[in-house]
Amino acid sequence: MKKTIRLNVNGEEWDVDVEPSDTLLEVLRGKIGIKSPKVGCERGDCGSCTVLLDGKSVRSCLVLAIEADGRGIITVEGLSKDGPNELQRAFIEHNAFQCGFCAPGVVLAVSELLAKRPHPSRDDVKEAISGNLCRCTGYEPIIDAVIDLTAKGEE
Amino acid sequence: MPIAHEFEYVKPTTLDEAVRVLAECGDGARVLAGGTDLVGWLRDDLVAPDLLVDIKGIEGLGELGLEGNALTVGACVTFTDLIESETVRIDFPLVYEMARTVASVGIRNRATMVGNICSAVPCCDSGPVLLVYEAVILVKGPSGGRAIPATEWFVGNKTTALEVGEIVTRIAIPLPEDGHAGAYVKLGRYRGEDLAQASVAILALPRDRYRVAFGAVAATPVRAPKIEALLSWKSLGDSLIEKAKRLIRQETSPISDVRASKEYREHMLPVMFERGLRAAAARLAGSGPEYGTRFV
Repeated sequence: MKKTIRLNVNGEEWDVDVEPSDTLLEVLRGKIGIKSPKVGCERGDCGSCTVLLDGKSVRSCLVLAIEADGRGIITVEGLSKDGPNELQRAFIEHNAFQCGFCAPGVVLAVSELLAKRPHPSRDDVKEAISGNLCRCTGYEPIIDAVIDLTAKGEE
Repeated sequence: MPIAHEFEYVKPTTLDEAVRVLAECGDGARVLAGGTDLVGWLRDDLVAPDLLVDIKGIEGLGELGLEGNALTVGACVTFTDLIESETVRIDFPLVYEMARTVASVGIRNRATMVGNICSAVPCCDSGPVLLVYEAVILVKGPSGGRAIPATEWFVGNKTTALEVGEIVTRIAIPLPEDGHAGAYVKLGRYRGEDLAQASVAILALPRDRYRVAFGAVAATPVRAPKIEALLSWKSLGDSLIEKAKRLIRQETSPISDVRASKEYREHMLPVMFERGLRAAAARLAGSGPEYGTRFV
């Protein structure tokens, strides 16, 4: 049975009608029109559907939309309202992504890490993105970008 | 691919209400906590419930901390909660080390320890660790509560001692009385999302006592009583370790599946066991690698 839920998506309130079986990923993409979370493996393995739910990275393919009723969601669109942020610019400078399919998930996973740990070690970065599969880059430029950005802040 | 099967969803705010709803709906209802297993199973049509009972609105199920001499892990406590708890990291380091190996941050932010043992797949990371801590699983049903020892919890592949209409409220993990150390060794194809191909949990207690359990190498996580009996009250040396490694085949029954062959598992188990055992003993003596180290 359809139910109306309220989601705060990137600071905007949305009332949407959902079936209990609709996933958060489907509702974000299909009903709200937010396309940065990607449909990848749909089983939690690839990380391309990552969004921040109340500040924590989650697999939006494994969250039912109805579970997110009343909660706040951040996607990449919400990070870059005024153009690419510092982290995104670091990724651009390091040419960290090629096809870009994994990029939204990686950006959000690293954003969550940096909120907790502004000056992470290489291992911290690897751990944070270990559930985000990238098939183009070999990960090194992604990690380099994060370390380069956060080491700058330390000087 | 959307979930093809329709179901109803309720989010009770009290445990009594949840128990009542579960009793009314019988085996047509499924409890939803983190959903990292359940939503995948719904999509794959492996389960087709009429009703999901979301327990995240029930007060008290997020409880995590020492209560008397045991760690309470409420039904909604996630692996991230476990990793970030100072009590867990300091007093139950083996739980911390295990939680660090579960999937990835994005899964650990949702997945719960209670959900992990309710799914009860043979490779569940919590299983071997709860077996060696001799944890107790507390459940509530229409006729009241009961406490199930971890050793009696796992009945078969994806099967537990939980009965229809019952809900797990928490896990109680007793603190070993006079100190302990441990090691959790997990074999996977890569770090990140992968499930265990095999796992070993070792708990070392003062005066040369050890508890040992294995995961992903039998239909359920298993304790290893023969190995424990052999090791106990003897000082750990090379020849004793070799004897113990030869007993592993009597304690486990690995199969070949999509993640590893039987032969690979049989080959790796003694390697993992020895590294874990030596690390646990060294940690008990005040040295050894820091918790969170990967052994394979």
